[in-house]
Amino acid sequence: MTSVTENIPVDNEPQAPELLGPRALMWRKFRRHRIAYFSLWIVGIIYFIALFGDFVAPQAHDERNRRAIFAPPQGIHFIVEEEDGSRHFQIHARRLQMEIDRATMRRTYEEDPNDIIPLGFFVEGHEYDLLWMIPSNTHLFGPVDADDHVYFFGSDRLGRDILSRIIIGTKISMSIGLVGVAISLIVGVTLGGISGYYGGWIDNIIQRLIEFIRSIPTIPLWMGLAAAIPLDWPPLRTYFVVTIIVSMIGWTSLAREVRGKFLSLRNEDFITAARLDGLTDWQVIRKHMVPSFSSHIIASLTLAVPLMILAETSLSFLGIGLQPPIVSWGTLLKEAQNIRTIIEAPWLLIAPGTMIVIAVLALNFLGDGLRDAADPHAH
Amino acid sequence: MTETILEVDGLNMYFPTGGGMFKKSDAVVKAVNNVSFDVKRGETFGIVGESGSGKTTLGRCIMRVLNPTDGEITFNRKDKPQVELVSGDKQTLRDVWRDMRMVFQDPQSSLNPRLRVLDIVGQVLATTEGMKGKALSDRVSELLEQVGLRPEFLMRYPNAFSGGQRQRLGIARALATNPELIIADEAVSALDVSIQAQTLNLMQDLQEEFDLTYIFIAHDLAVVEHICDRIAVMYLGEIVELATAEELFRDPKHPYTRALLSAVPIPDPRARRGQREKVRLADGAQSTEGCRFANRCPFATDLCRNTAPPKKNISGADVLCHFAGEV
Repeated sequence: MTSVTENIPVDNEPQAPELLGPRALMWRKFRRHRIAYFSLWIVGIIYFIALFGDFVAPQAHDERNRRAIFAPPQGIHFIVEEEDGSRHFQIHARRLQMEIDRATMRRTYEEDPNDIIPLGFFVEGHEYDLLWMIPSNTHLFGPVDADDHVYFFGSDRLGRDILSRIIIGTKISMSIGLVGVAISLIVGVTLGGISGYYGGWIDNIIQRLIEFIRSIPTIPLWMGLAAAIPLDWPPLRTYFVVTIIVSMIGWTSLAREVRGKFLSLRNEDFITAARLDGLTDWQVIRKHMVPSFSSHIIASLTLAVPLMILAETSLSFLGIGLQPPIVSWGTLLKEAQNIRTIIEAPWLLIAPGTMIVIAVLALNFLGDGLRDAADPHAH
Repeated sequence: MTETILEVDGLNMYFPTGGGMFKKSDAVVKAVNNVSFDVKRGETFGIVGESGSGKTTLGRCIMRVLNPTDGEITFNRKDKPQVELVSGDKQTLRDVWRDMRMVFQDPQSSLNPRLRVLDIVGQVLATTEGMKGKALSDRVSELLEQVGLRPEFLMRYPNAFSGGQRQRLGIARALATNPELIIADEAVSALDVSIQAQTLNLMQDLQEEFDLTYIFIAHDLAVVEHICDRIAVMYLGEIVELATAEELFRDPKHPYTRALLSAVPIPDPRARRGQREKVRLADGAQSTEGCRFANRCPFATDLCRNTAPPKKNISGADVLCHFAGEV
């Protein structure tokens, strides 16, 4: 040994500050992504609404009211002015007075500032089963007197409350995203995994199949498949078939991603090291490969959910997806298809449309944040 | 030093190239071409060569991470019957992999970022010996101390370590099963020079302590010169010269070895290098018959271009050149 230095231990730094695992690091990185973190809350709230929709909705979604057809959105007021001039605090809405113009048959509504409807939290209303099990009639927010009706987002052509319908529709729209993504996940990971792990001709066949499916224009494909659904099927079956149709395309990108991950991981030294440590192929996949790309999969799944929601919405809007009486955001938008409705009752378009935009944006930002946080090489 | 621990005989590793979806191609890359050598117990055997010379492939063939096309690799262990690796099945290999371990080049990719040091270094013990709990953490702590790391690092993740420390972890992992042979594939080339020296010193200390044999794959001749007893120089899949380190550096016999040695930078800006070989760059086309180095060799004749050179033994060195010792 001529020019080499003495062998001193290289670890002379004092106590290390923190011991952070990859998961803790990921979380910290995610927290730093403000919009994504905020979106996580939004998505959480949306799924809470989907689960506890009956509790959150002030009215039954199918309750009609002939005296409130196309009623405009009502505001919430806080201060009541008594006749003697004194003021006190009371959350309330003002009752609508309807007038029909006999010549044009158009209804106009006028808020009456003297006729108030008291509002409150945890009020009693129509009966429902919370989480399909617990019978209840308590509602988060609404008129104190169960016989009163308030339309925060307006009402539709049958006098049904748009807000309650959007809330109930959340269940279908958000779950179709989840179920569709679950189907894509199973098909995509299986086929992508086989493709990436075995390679060779089987990889070739799966990749060509994916290219074929992706080359088909989606809307005509969906329309063709959806048109094949018999109209007399029960709503639940239609729902599942529509989900499967929607996830037809979704699995392909996931399968490609999984294949790519398998291919790149196969050449990582720590995979070779694990094999040399005596692990079987299955153990290597389970202990080293799957944990390495599971965060990527979660991120791309999150990004796939809004696509599914949009697909369902488009199908239902075109009238070939879910059919009324099922309430989803897509079927709500379908109500706002003609110019006359949009002019007379723009809230039919604006309210569900805004909801879809919020949900899709939140899920996209969340997915982006997760993907950034999941990438260990971008420190 | 006399007992042979590993004997490689006529090893070939061919990779098919080209070919499409419907047609099979016959073209192959001969990454390792008819390589034979043996490694003595307790020595450090160096394999050097430029990028693409097949040295890493050779290491991976010996380890049986890759399946060689043909040839024989015989592994002679202390108290166990000798095994032939090319034909060995999975069960044999699992056993062999305990006595023959590997240290990887890239300290980043060779440690799974999601596992703790305990799980990385102790993986082989947990898998093959079912060791766990206190016994496992004690053994891993002991290994960490042996490579000069503090045992408190047990519960840390690889991202908490520097490059040199990570490579020490890789060495600790290799030591876990008390192996007889360690294949170090470019083990120090990803480290900076001062850390290289520390790591090499550590490896030499461990060699004395545990009676290890090293196969040391590198492209850096300065590194190899210091720690290797014998050195094989590879060019395009063939060992063109095999000699003791001293002999190789004193009197290189193959023109390629000379070119390699003259390319070693001299750390003195005023030093003149008079004897630099004029070697043209490799052009992709290689003649299938004749010497593979012929179209880069300044001394090539028609004989070189048409006939493959035989292996000559000149003063203890095996050289693959028609004019070895003359030019």
